[in-house]
Amino acid sequence: MIETQDVNFYYGDFHALKNISIKMETNTVTALIGPSGCGTSTFLRLFNRMNDLIDNARISGKCLIDGQDIYHKSVQVDELRKKVGMVFQKPNPFPKSVFENVAYGLRVNGAGNKSYISQCVEESLRCAALWDEVRDKLKKSAFELSGGQQQRLCIARALAISPSILLMDEPASALDPISTSKIEELIHELKKNYTIVIVTHNMQQAARVSDKTGFFMLGELIEYNDTKKIFINPDREQTQNYITGRFG
Amino acid sequence: MKALRRFAEHLVEGLLALSGSVTSLAILLIVIFLFKEASGLFGSPAIEKGYVLCVHSTNSTDVLNPYQIKRIFDSETANWNELGGKDMEISLFRFDDIFSLYSDEELGEDYSLLPEKLGETISQNPAILAFIPEKYAPAENPSVKILKIPEISFSDIFGGKEWFPTATPAPQFGILPLIAGTLWVSLFAILIALPLGMGVAIYLSELSNERTRKILKPTIELLAGIPSVVYGFFGLAVLVPLIQRTLNLPVGETAFAGSLILAIMALPTIITVAEDAMRNTPKAMREASLALGATHWQTIYRVVVPYAASGITAAVVLGTGRAVGETMAVLMVTGNAAVMPHSLFEPVRTIPATIAAELGEAPGGGVHYQALFVLGCVLFVITMAVSISAEIISKRNRGKQA
Amino acid sequence: MSKKTSQKIAFFIFRLLGLLVVGILVWILGFIVYNGIGVISWEFLTSAPSEGMTSGGIFPAIVGTLCLVAGSIVFAFPLGVMSGIYMNEYAGNGKLVRFIRIMTNNLGGIPSIVFGLFGMALFVNAFKFGDSIIAGSLTLGLLILPLIIRTTEEALKAIPDSFRTGSLALGATRLQTVARIILPMAFPNIVTGLILSIGRVSGETAPILFTVAAYFLPKLPTGIFDQVMALPYHLYVIATSGTDIEASRPVAYGSALTLIAIVLLMNMLAGILRKCFGKKIK
Repeated sequence: MIETQDVNFYYGDFHALKNISIKMETNTVTALIGPSGCGTSTFLRLFNRMNDLIDNARISGKCLIDGQDIYHKSVQVDELRKKVGMVFQKPNPFPKSVFENVAYGLRVNGAGNKSYISQCVEESLRCAALWDEVRDKLKKSAFELSGGQQQRLCIARALAISPSILLMDEPASALDPISTSKIEELIHELKKNYTIVIVTHNMQQAARVSDKTGFFMLGELIEYNDTKKIFINPDREQTQNYITGRFG
Repeated sequence: MKALRRFAEHLVEGLLALSGSVTSLAILLIVIFLFKEASGLFGSPAIEKGYVLCVHSTNSTDVLNPYQIKRIFDSETANWNELGGKDMEISLFRFDDIFSLYSDEELGEDYSLLPEKLGETISQNPAILAFIPEKYAPAENPSVKILKIPEISFSDIFGGKEWFPTATPAPQFGILPLIAGTLWVSLFAILIALPLGMGVAIYLSELSNERTRKILKPTIELLAGIPSVVYGFFGLAVLVPLIQRTLNLPVGETAFAGSLILAIMALPTIITVAEDAMRNTPKAMREASLALGATHWQTIYRVVVPYAASGITAAVVLGTGRAVGETMAVLMVTGNAAVMPHSLFEPVRTIPATIAAELGEAPGGGVHYQALFVLGCVLFVITMAVSISAEIISKRNRGKQA
Repeated sequence: MSKKTSQKIAFFIFRLLGLLVVGILVWILGFIVYNGIGVISWEFLTSAPSEGMTSGGIFPAIVGTLCLVAGSIVFAFPLGVMSGIYMNEYAGNGKLVRFIRIMTNNLGGIPSIVFGLFGMALFVNAFKFGDSIIAGSLTLGLLILPLIIRTTEEALKAIPDSFRTGSLALGATRLQTVARIILPMAFPNIVTGLILSIGRVSGETAPILFTVAAYFLPKLPTGIFDQVMALPYHLYVIATSGTDIEASRPVAYGSALTLIAIVLLMNMLAGILRKCFGKKIK
């Protein structure tokens, strides 16, 4: 379970997130939508502390995963990131072979056993619905795969270290429609085992894949509710306006 | 296991941070060692260590500065009245002269009577100036006055017009001729290289097509890669005889030869930096000028060059810095005469060339050695000033573009 | 004079200047190649100087230069790369880093003769290494440090951030990210810096004058505390203060050509490498 309590986030002087409180249940898909620059990506990156990499960034409030404050001093960031996988907007495979890309997370976390690694790689690739396409190309460079395949490879890479949460930052925005639908199918499958948070600018996608939806605007969480409710009968007018395309 | 891994990582990261400071550390060490060795010169006695100068007690002179001493021993000052004393010819007495006046027996066993005899000699001659070892100085003799030995001062070094570090008894460490030589050679080098370099930079950034650029740029980079000793060799074997023949000079090793070689060596720096600056002129500015009916050439000299002015200045500053510090090529072609330069067509000597030529012969720890470190400090300060001003200029440049 | 004519004249002059620069290079290279090519032979490269350095070869000088190249690289390359990594991957953009960067630039601007003085004061005298390969290598190493740091930083900067975030998001530490992803990717460009500094070290004379170079020493070095001859210094000696300058001219031409060949070869190699790798990363 993911929970935030009165989270504020600043880039230097810029107040990027304002008093966000939200609860996301285990094994659900939560979509975060909103006009670009509204803070969804920043919010998503709170959960694996990717924002730590930015200079002058500051956070206040609480950010809990399974009841534990992930910004507490005692938390090892790399351990946290093992638990909270992430898939980026653009596929970013490493300049290594398909196999090594998936094995990377295992290796940096200390796995050395060859048969264990190859078993994990195969499982992850199967989970990411990529195994059948790449089983003969495991030794090939990851750059030889198509864009959609690369993105699924990145998902497999994230799955290999068995996280419990998967963050997806517009995972399909750089892909063609066919690859996009493959990714969406995959999200449906993954939901059984993972808690998924996905940022998307594609309204239909949010409606198709998510159980709950949060609507952000100018750093504020305007509305957070069941996806069906948000898209059919939102409580707030701003949400209504955004969804029907009156701005954003 | 995990803790061990983390510890190892912290260790490596600490090492990385440490190596990050290595350049600052190097500069600090350079400053310390250069200035430490150089500082010994200030306050050293102006004449050879262990020696004193004595005069007759009636002589009104109490103190002689290093330059005066040198002129006396070079016979350029011959009368005490030139130094504010009585009108009498200076009679120089060197320590060795005592052995022609007295036999070994007269000087006694282990030269025990030497001070006495020296005292006698000096007291007999009111015009004498004796240069003798301190341990034999007749200090008790009332008619002998031991001159105070001045210390080598800041003004002797930075105001002195003679560089003659091997002169005895008073070596001269005036670095003005060397500074003048350095600036002289570098300045003319830049005067030659700047128009040339600017022209090529304009050609590269504005006129040439992609194909010419692709040939010319690496060519210029090749010029930058040639070692300075090869430039020096080329200058020595080709330019020097050429200059001597065409200008009908007694020697071809002149400031002009140095400037020519330095100009060639500074060209790549000037061209690349100036070209970069000009290429950075926004397209919109160019187009605005052309749209108002200016020709391409008018646009270049009214818009592009003024816009790139600070970049071009940085190029000049950096080029000058290179030229000032260049050693081998200059050493090989300028003839190395440590005199104030009067014309371009005389031999001169620059600071780096002096260090390179003399350090090998200067005994470690001696005043000459220390004087060469003073030169090193001067060079260091000049080039630091150059680097920092180039930094400031290019920073202002970046500020303008932002 | 019309606008058009003045433009024509100006552009004509600039074209001429461009040609002039090429002309100068051709002149210098042509002169040395023309005079030196006849001297170069297998024997010239592999035998010791003889008859007061007026004949024989330059083998000890080549060996000496190789020793100095190896010595300075061993010292400066790891240090420079580590420093570059620290600056680009760890240090962020604070005041301290700006200071370090300025210092690195300044170190690069210090004349080589000052390095020579410093090397003599510190390594030869204070550390009591004497004139030796190690003193010379350390001095030269300091000289090329800024070059290596700069190329390393540039190489690391060229790696897109997505690779860093991708690796960190998988639970890799910063160091693992650098060691397993970033360094291997940046390596070809870092090697460019290495090759450039080899060229630089082989050609430098002033820093080795008082730290290692021997006037004449046909014996090959046996340890790091030995003096050696070095190619650029050898050229300087036979060009200016040999026993018979006229008679040793052919040897000087041969040495100059060998030196230029080494240096330019290194520079070209670096250029080619950079070009190939530049294409690959796009």
